[in-house]
Amino acid sequence: MIDALGNPQSILLLGGTSEIGLAVVEAFSTDRPVRVVLAGRPSERLDAAKARLEERGCAVETVEFDATAPDTHGDVLRKAWAGGDIDIAVVAFGLLGDNEKAWTDSATAVELAQVNYTAAVSVGVELGERMKEQGYGSIVALSSVAGERARRSNFVYGSTKAGLDAFYTGLTEALRPHGVVVTIVRPGFVHTKMTEGHKPAPLSTTPEAVAQVVVDAVRNRKELVWAPAPLRLVMTVLRHIPRPVFRRLPI
Amino acid sequence: MEGPGHFPAASSLGDVPETTSLRGWGRTAPTVATVRRPRTVEDVARAIAGVGPRGVIARGLGRSYGDPAQNAGGLVLDMTELAAVHSIDPDTGLADVDAGVSLDTLMRAALPHGLWVPVLPGTRQVTIGGAIGADVHGKNHHTKGSFGNHVRSMLLVTADGAVRELTPDGPESELFWATVGGMGLTGVVVRATVQLHRTESAYFVVDTDRTADLDELMGLLTDGSDDTYGYSAAWFDTTTTGAALGRAVLTRGSLATVDQLPAKHRGEPLKFDAPQLLTVPDVFPNGLANRYTLRAFSELWYRKAPKRQRGAVQNISTFYQVLDLFGDWNRLYGSRGFLQYQFVVPFGEEPTFRRVVERIAHSPHASGLNVLKRFGEGNAAPLSFPMPGWTITVDFPVVRGLDRFCAELDELVLGAGGRLYLAKESRTDAETFRRGYPRFDEWRKIRDAVDPNRVFTSDMSRRLELA
Repeated sequence: MIDALGNPQSILLLGGTSEIGLAVVEAFSTDRPVRVVLAGRPSERLDAAKARLEERGCAVETVEFDATAPDTHGDVLRKAWAGGDIDIAVVAFGLLGDNEKAWTDSATAVELAQVNYTAAVSVGVELGERMKEQGYGSIVALSSVAGERARRSNFVYGSTKAGLDAFYTGLTEALRPHGVVVTIVRPGFVHTKMTEGHKPAPLSTTPEAVAQVVVDAVRNRKELVWAPAPLRLVMTVLRHIPRPVFRRLPI
Repeated sequence: MEGPGHFPAASSLGDVPETTSLRGWGRTAPTVATVRRPRTVEDVARAIAGVGPRGVIARGLGRSYGDPAQNAGGLVLDMTELAAVHSIDPDTGLADVDAGVSLDTLMRAALPHGLWVPVLPGTRQVTIGGAIGADVHGKNHHTKGSFGNHVRSMLLVTADGAVRELTPDGPESELFWATVGGMGLTGVVVRATVQLHRTESAYFVVDTDRTADLDELMGLLTDGSDDTYGYSAAWFDTTTTGAALGRAVLTRGSLATVDQLPAKHRGEPLKFDAPQLLTVPDVFPNGLANRYTLRAFSELWYRKAPKRQRGAVQNISTFYQVLDLFGDWNRLYGSRGFLQYQFVVPFGEEPTFRRVVERIAHSPHASGLNVLKRFGEGNAAPLSFPMPGWTITVDFPVVRGLDRFCAELDELVLGAGGRLYLAKESRTDAETFRRGYPRFDEWRKIRDAVDPNRVFTSDMSRRLELA
């Protein structure tokens, strides 16, 4: 259960090696160990993530999860729930991809769309069903500011996050009467393995800082947050800049 | 109770089940459950027979601060429509009442007979079932014990659908005492017989002492004078430190005899005068109750009390249940809610007790409505909260860092052999809870025998692994 102060007892991380996702789990287990289910492709990184959390006193199990195989997602969540209720589910898997390759090669573009959007929708539906049944719970979906306004430099990725964002926005409303809170997180540029080699954008942040934003949002039952928070204002402005100006901006 | 969604469904009880969001009086941790309102014992048995995999729990007036009367994804039985006062015997003082009867209703029904509800917590808006389930206590714990001490028999609907009559020393006395303080996890109490006490009036004769600090307060409570009062409790200040640490207003009194009443009350000594002045609207922002406003409140509360007063005649609202004058006062804390923290440490642990008060006073967490009381003997119930010692209740607005602070207080309290009160509890962990209740395994054995499939389940039982 989630206690009066918003502290969970169990967390499911979809994208078990996601740096932001793991930082979220760690932030929630700072004072008190939680039961963790890491869903991801079996790998050394996944084992390392498990070991790292176990060192903190968390009870960790792993479940094999392939984002590109939506027909298996129901089964993945059934296994994730085998140990009891899940208080918080973090939808953290995703690909950044090479935009130049993605917009010129349909297979690459489709893979991005499948992982970032289709799979996010698929697990969103399944999570919703599970959490409706248990009458409470929190779903955290990692969106991106890239989805708020498509940029020439990474619009394929941006379009997948725009789709994810819209889906979870609707899911927020659909699940609200069932006691389930959906929190959409829109980080800016986060320094992770995924963004290694990319030029950091202004207001760039770290997984730990994003995790703190997520923890505060979940505790306060907030439905939409930016990380860092000032990005909300920045994006509000950017969304309204005319195209001829927008395309000249150094972002 | 509040919730955005209401989905009527087919019913065999005659009520309309609702899917509703429920939370405790602290307004934290809401979850959604199906709520039904049984009107008869048969309704209760039928609801239990048809229960789904997420179980069922009874709910009264929702005055527990945390999550014991909610059941996420499962069934909650709102007991407030099973609320008949069957009889009150003026000769024996026995009241035979349904579990959904509130202590307020019982008090109003009993007073014309010159009878008094033996144990009253800080609010009368609790049901008989809730009073048994939490084994509530009041300002008279040091003389009269907790609510379970005054229950002569009860009817409990258990997981098998049977209606069992339990008494404190009958053949199923173990189940009786497991139900007292058992937070509804042994079954649903549907009816009980309560031993009422005689009184000549509905007024108290009250002595007030304002103390400069905590030591002076504890001195007054241990000099032998406390036992000469039926009722005793102190408000203390958590916002002052140093020489004024734990300064307090101690009010102690006993039910007045007719002779003690002023002439104007003598005509109607049993008149129960406890209006609800107003209902607090749901408009208060988070953060209104903060360390600055609570400090100002505390200063005012302390200053307005007389330094020393003897023999004042007060009604129950003034002496006892000030908050009952205000409906929905919990709204003052805003949507984020607040957290009650009540613990007891045994006699001999006064230094720890003092350290806890110091920790609170030096923390950024302020509390306005603080109660300190000396408890008397405990009872036979394995999960009953009171034990001989010192108890404190504080309520903190929910802010960041409160969880860590409460965990620190837990360490002090549990380390001193103390425990936490489940009716107030909303944030600790299973291990900490168990440390305070050494008879937990004994309780669980009784529970497992009567409910092997864990039909009775609540958010609290999941959170604290009580099942």
